[in-house]
Amino acid sequence: MASSLMIEMNEITKVFPGVVANDSISFQVRAGEIHALLGENGAGKSTLMSVLAGLYQPDAGSIKIKGNPVQFRSPRSALAVGVGMIYQHFRLVDNFTVAENIVLGAPGEDVVLNSGKIEEETARLSEKFGLDINPRARISQLSLGEQQRVEILKMLYRGCDILIMDEPTTVLTPQEVKELFKMIRKMADQGKSIVLITHKLNEVLEVADSVTVLRRGRVVGNARTADLDEKALTHMMVGRELMQSRRELMPPTGELLLKLDNLKVLGDQGNVAVTALNLEMHSGEIVGIAGVAGNGQRELVEAIAGLRKIAGGSILLDGQDISLLRVRERLDRGINIVPEDRLGMGLVPNLSVIENAILHNYNKKEYSSGFFLNYKKIRAYTHKLVQDYDVALADIEHPVNYLSGGNLQKLLLGREISQQPRLLIASYPVRGLDVAATESVFNLLLTERAKGTSILLILEDLDDIFRLADRIAVMYAGTIKAVFDNQDADVETVGMLMLGGGGVVQ
Amino acid sequence: MMRYKLIKRETDSLASRIIVPVLSVLMALLFGWIFLWLYGINPAETYLRMWQGAFGNSYAVSETLVKAIPLMLLGLGLSLAFRMKIWNIGAEGQLYMGAFAASGIALFYGHLPALILLPVMAAAAFIVGGFWGLIPGSLRAYWGVNETIITLMLNYVAISFVDSFIFGPWKDPASLGFPLSPRFSPQAYLPTIGDSRVHIGLLVALLLAVLFYFLLNYTRWGYEVKVVGESPASARYAGINVKRNIMLVMLISGGIAGLAGMIEVSGITHRLQQGISPGYGFTAIIVAWLARLHPFAIILVAILFGALLVGGFGLQIFGLPFSIVLMLQGAVLFFLLGGEIFTKYRLQRVRKEGQ
Repeated sequence: MASSLMIEMNEITKVFPGVVANDSISFQVRAGEIHALLGENGAGKSTLMSVLAGLYQPDAGSIKIKGNPVQFRSPRSALAVGVGMIYQHFRLVDNFTVAENIVLGAPGEDVVLNSGKIEEETARLSEKFGLDINPRARISQLSLGEQQRVEILKMLYRGCDILIMDEPTTVLTPQEVKELFKMIRKMADQGKSIVLITHKLNEVLEVADSVTVLRRGRVVGNARTADLDEKALTHMMVGRELMQSRRELMPPTGELLLKLDNLKVLGDQGNVAVTALNLEMHSGEIVGIAGVAGNGQRELVEAIAGLRKIAGGSILLDGQDISLLRVRERLDRGINIVPEDRLGMGLVPNLSVIENAILHNYNKKEYSSGFFLNYKKIRAYTHKLVQDYDVALADIEHPVNYLSGGNLQKLLLGREISQQPRLLIASYPVRGLDVAATESVFNLLLTERAKGTSILLILEDLDDIFRLADRIAVMYAGTIKAVFDNQDADVETVGMLMLGGGGVVQ
Repeated sequence: MMRYKLIKRETDSLASRIIVPVLSVLMALLFGWIFLWLYGINPAETYLRMWQGAFGNSYAVSETLVKAIPLMLLGLGLSLAFRMKIWNIGAEGQLYMGAFAASGIALFYGHLPALILLPVMAAAAFIVGGFWGLIPGSLRAYWGVNETIITLMLNYVAISFVDSFIFGPWKDPASLGFPLSPRFSPQAYLPTIGDSRVHIGLLVALLLAVLFYFLLNYTRWGYEVKVVGESPASARYAGINVKRNIMLVMLISGGIAGLAGMIEVSGITHRLQQGISPGYGFTAIIVAWLARLHPFAIILVAILFGALLVGGFGLQIFGLPFSIVLMLQGAVLFFLLGGEIFTKYRLQRVRKEGQ
């Protein structure tokens, strides 16, 4: 019975404090099928799959695997009925061999490992599914693509028939992606079911048999890929009227400030995170980056800030290459960053508001005399900062981690703005903030723009980007696919491009 | 039904910062009390003897201070590294390297006047001790090598290195085969205070504590150390050179330990010999933590531990084992680490909602 149902998830609801991550979602996958689960960030894909893999218990709903009702208490109980999940970040021990990693934690192994038997079994599985891998190689010697194959083998060794892969292509080279697709097709042909969590349209159309689209915790579409094209898929994902009006536009008149030329930046795992990226920023304009998180935005910001070395190309400020300058030299030239990681990079959790306020200017003349810090002036400055940016707090001597998210962001943004930046980069500045706090952050940014500052804005929500940005740059797979003037852009084109679709570029 | 729950404290209050260490010492003494009682020794009498041994007369007090001086210096040096969350447990080896360098100067340039000789010995001790700290510091800064392991292992390298000299080329021909260097010339002796054995190393330690207090709380560099220790990502984001700071801190931490070594050979033994430190470098780790890395508290806690050591020697006269002291030291550390949680959290009684 090739078409029997492997996975049946019925009306699954999962609530986290403040968010309904999954709102009575039903999801089915047949045996021998590659099924793509598509959706924007925060659509609930990962939550749903974590429920399926036994990591979370659903608040409501039921699951049947191969027709039998199941209730998972842990990933182990999910594995026991053949459900295995492969995460984006591999869970392998670098100094162990492939075979050792495969048996690590596998149930039913003897106390004394029979390495001959394990290697034989590994080799047999590799061959059966076309996963070319040497069981004796150490993980640290393998490429990311090969490490992924080890993860797959691990699941096959445990007898999984259902394989959930979370964004499996993110760290792979195009060649490795092709091989991966070949492998999973082979597995599907032998009756396994594969769920592919992704946000890339082309992958869905290329490899998946069917697709389920989630948006804001609900299923918004479910179809066979044969009946779909990019346009229809995009419409399912982002198709909607803009919820807010676009900003009253005053055309920016500033001159060219920053030019990114053919930029290439590597990610943490040595993968190519940003490649062939070109972008120009003028003073007095907001450029919004539209893109799904994980397409190189973080690496791009870190490269401009000087926190990450670039692997090629150049970063020109006023026509001068600044790509070799240190962080502080770039700060001195007016490049200020509001990092994605508010508490942990932007602010130091255990230090007081005062100590956080002077993170960038503790070494400036105004706040230190010679070797010593001038705490009188620093206190006055902190009081002013807190007042100017309306940060609600009990005492500036208290550690910042007692501030609410909105106040943290106001403090952070206020600190950066008070440096009078020429280029301000804000990464997800309203993530997790309530409506009022979001409004005040947006207003601060617009005021800053009116002062002539060039602002690079990275946001999750397309609506917000359309509301704030003068120009919209679409980022996908580490590069800027297209740049639109706000009034020329439409949501569906931007949406399709940021999902990897090949929409018409004006 | 009553249950207890740990609640994170808003701020770690001053009271908790003092009460927790004091309570851990008291708990350790209580633990020792029970232990001694089970062992069949009168606990009250033992503690009284230790007290008398440490503070009973002016000689006892001076001996306590003599033992406390290296602990003060080492504790201060370590506290700097610990503030940056660099786990230097190599103070013992850094002390030996400093003692070695100072001895070399004293042995070969002993004819110089004290005013030149002593500063040169101190500088050499600081540089060589600092170098010994810089090795793990650079490995950590540039290649992320775990400094705990490296500093620990370098202790044994340093001690054996010093041994190789006092058993070999630097052995005093008049020592009748004992592993000792020749006695230094009197110019290489640290001046003492009055006619006690307490030497001016005490002043050095006190000065250093004051210096540290201002350095850490009121200077730009102190601020950098704090930021790097709390959040390296923020430090990089603020343009603080994390690598340079790690190396600098290990250099100073090792340098001060080296200085402690110089002070021991120049102030106490007046020669390089085996066992110049009875594990000061390790005891100082407890000292620094018990003082919660506060420079003035380090001075007080060092005196407490000096007293514990000297009191322990007092016990031996009565035929009691010295290991009682080691047991007490261990117990203090044990209760201190156990009590640590109460400085960050407080216990709150919660009523469980009936189902």
